[in-house]
Amino acid sequence: MPVQSTADGTKIWRRRTSRAEWLHFLGWASLVLIVAVAWRVMTQDTIWAFVSDAPRQAGDIASRMLPPRWSYLGALWKPLWDTLNMATLGTLLAFVRPVALLIIVASRSINAIIWALVLVTILGQGVLAGIFAIALRSIGFIAKLLYEAIEEISTEPVEAIRATGASPPQVLAWGVWPQITPAFAGICVFRWDINIREATVLGLVGAGGIGLNLESSMNVLAWPQVTLILIVILVTVVISEWISARIRHAII
Amino acid sequence: MSTVARHWAPPPLIANWRLRYAIYGALALYLAFALTTIDVNWARISEGLVRSGRLLAGFLQPDFASRWGDIVTGLLESITMTITSTAVGILISIPFGLGAARNIAPLPIYAFCRAFIAVSRSMQEVIIAILLVVLFGFGPFAGFLTLTFATIGFLAKLLAEDIEDIDPAPLEAIRATGAGWWQVLAYAVLPQVAPRLIGLSMYRVDINFRESAVVGIVGAGGIGATLNTAMDRYEFDSAAAILLVIIGIVLACEYASGFIRAKVQ
Amino acid sequence: MLVIETLTKRYATGDLAIDKVSLSIPSGQVVGLIGPSGAGKSSLIRCVNRLVEPSEGRVRLGNTDLTALSRSGLSQARRRMGMIFQEYALVDRLTVMENVLSGRLGYVGFWRSFLRRFPQADIDRAFAVLDRVGLTEHVDKRADALSGGQRQRVGIARAVVQEPDLLLVDEPTASLDPKTSRQIMRLIVEVCAERQLAAIVNIHDVALAQMFVQRIVGLRRGKVVFDGAPDRLTPAVLTEIYGEEDWAATIRKADEADGADADVPASELALAL
Repeated sequence: MPVQSTADGTKIWRRRTSRAEWLHFLGWASLVLIVAVAWRVMTQDTIWAFVSDAPRQAGDIASRMLPPRWSYLGALWKPLWDTLNMATLGTLLAFVRPVALLIIVASRSINAIIWALVLVTILGQGVLAGIFAIALRSIGFIAKLLYEAIEEISTEPVEAIRATGASPPQVLAWGVWPQITPAFAGICVFRWDINIREATVLGLVGAGGIGLNLESSMNVLAWPQVTLILIVILVTVVISEWISARIRHAII
Repeated sequence: MSTVARHWAPPPLIANWRLRYAIYGALALYLAFALTTIDVNWARISEGLVRSGRLLAGFLQPDFASRWGDIVTGLLESITMTITSTAVGILISIPFGLGAARNIAPLPIYAFCRAFIAVSRSMQEVIIAILLVVLFGFGPFAGFLTLTFATIGFLAKLLAEDIEDIDPAPLEAIRATGAGWWQVLAYAVLPQVAPRLIGLSMYRVDINFRESAVVGIVGAGGIGATLNTAMDRYEFDSAAAILLVIIGIVLACEYASGFIRAKVQ
Repeated sequence: MLVIETLTKRYATGDLAIDKVSLSIPSGQVVGLIGPSGAGKSSLIRCVNRLVEPSEGRVRLGNTDLTALSRSGLSQARRRMGMIFQEYALVDRLTVMENVLSGRLGYVGFWRSFLRRFPQADIDRAFAVLDRVGLTEHVDKRADALSGGQRQRVGIARAVVQEPDLLLVDEPTASLDPKTSRQIMRLIVEVCAERQLAAIVNIHDVALAQMFVQRIVGLRRGKVVFDGAPDRLTPAVLTEIYGEEDWAATIRKADEADGADADVPASELALAL
């Protein structure tokens, strides 16, 4: 890596060899190049007039969004309840039966809302599609973190249990499981918190919950209602985050 | 020596038995209620199972050809969005991360940065995407802004936590040599947080690509729009092709990021 | 060189760490600072270069009033004070050379230091100092790949490469084994003699202090209770500083044999480490 060499008697020092310096520079240059190219390609169809118009638009929308339409709150309780259920039941479903590797692999790569898109086509609109969408996404997430947690356990207790002559399932139950229980509970609660957030928008593709109200309000340009929905979502997310942080704190 | 059998049971999770039964009872009640809200329309489901059969068939014979142009456009948008939003996101996260670290930032800056990060993290990306589409028009630019905003919330928070965890001794030592504030950052803070920052950035590339597929559904560019169209038209084989492409790229990103993270650590 | 006038430090918790301490140290003098934990030794050292802000009093380095300096003035003044830490305080992931060069940060602009393009004069200084402390073969190693004694020598090199007027040394040997401790103390004292540096050395090992320093200052509850030559440290004095103990066992006796390494210069010993 770094070099100290002698050039006509004096000792010089460089942080990297010339070759390493070159490679380093090339690396950065290519990164910058890639980003620049990507930017050009991405914005080739961008209508910059729209972009510069945005602040005016923002002001316009803001004036239409405020004050929030508080009276709409009454209509939101049921969808909120649905959203909560989607998130919770979906999380429960996820750790009950992690099945084929394919689902896990697909699950990590595909967001809940994309699952929802697919499932709405299959199962029809409604909360059921949302529950499964959440469940399918959570399976990969929980599986990955659980795997990492299992990797980190100490092997000594497991060896000790095995040395008593226990059968493999018993070794799992007495040696492995107690070590990962706090991590497992923490992971599930963490995922539940994220799921609440994701469940709020599933309605946009028809999978039930408060997202449906959001979609319909936007379609009829009822902006004060939209503001209320956003407020409700924000409050719900903050509460669920607080709950999840408290539980995880109590476990660890 | 006692001849009476002594009963033993493992200690329960929650000691206070009233509290325990109250919580279990509440949970059971909730589950019962929640399950009743699910409206299962069996007719619709059996219809749907037929469709899912066709979807699975689509996976076995994915059609890349007929919608190839749309797939390429969507993919290109997703990839370029990912690259630009991650790059810009990282650049902006660094000052926010520095400002949100209690041990190096003065209080007003700390409060501001933490507040910004909290707002960024509580809003769902899709909602932000919708708002930005309204403001900036359809297309990947809105998606770029959405992902950049989300990246900042993610990276800045984790960076701030990492900075707060560093060993304070080198910090003191470098300050004692008379170095300026930026030099202290470059010599005492940066070497300690750089490996984790690189790892997190790679992870964020992965997340941003997945998100770029999502924001397309609301018009912010990317392959999500292509998928949405395909599903709307019941073109399951094309949809399957798109899903496979998404899975493939995400796995490739994960593999690359794992490789880079191992080299850096 | 260093004049401390009625320095007082009161912490936010109400603790009076330093109570109107006055001290004057000429160039070339190495002062050992002893006292129990909480006596204010660490606070005193850090008040000199204002890593901790004094509550009252003044500190003068040469002609400069350190306590009256602005932020930028303080940065410049800190270049004249080299600090050595108990747990070495090196940047683990950087190499020995980079750690030593970080002593020159006060003299070099941000971009030059960020790109590691230090002036050749600084590189020469660094090599010279590394030679003096005996770490020339370890120049490109990561700091966390070294032993404790080697790391402390990097810490010494970093302080010395600043070409300071004063060394502030905070328990340099607390984490080292007895033999290495002596070598480090010897190195510090020799370097100070060679470069005519004033130095304050916080030290908890009284016998070690007596072996190497020219003057001892005893601190108790923030006040100076002893100031004089090492051989005037009697058990009575130590009781006053630390409290009742079997001091006869702790104090180095005049006829105590030192072992074979007593007269071997530190630089030669360094190779053996």
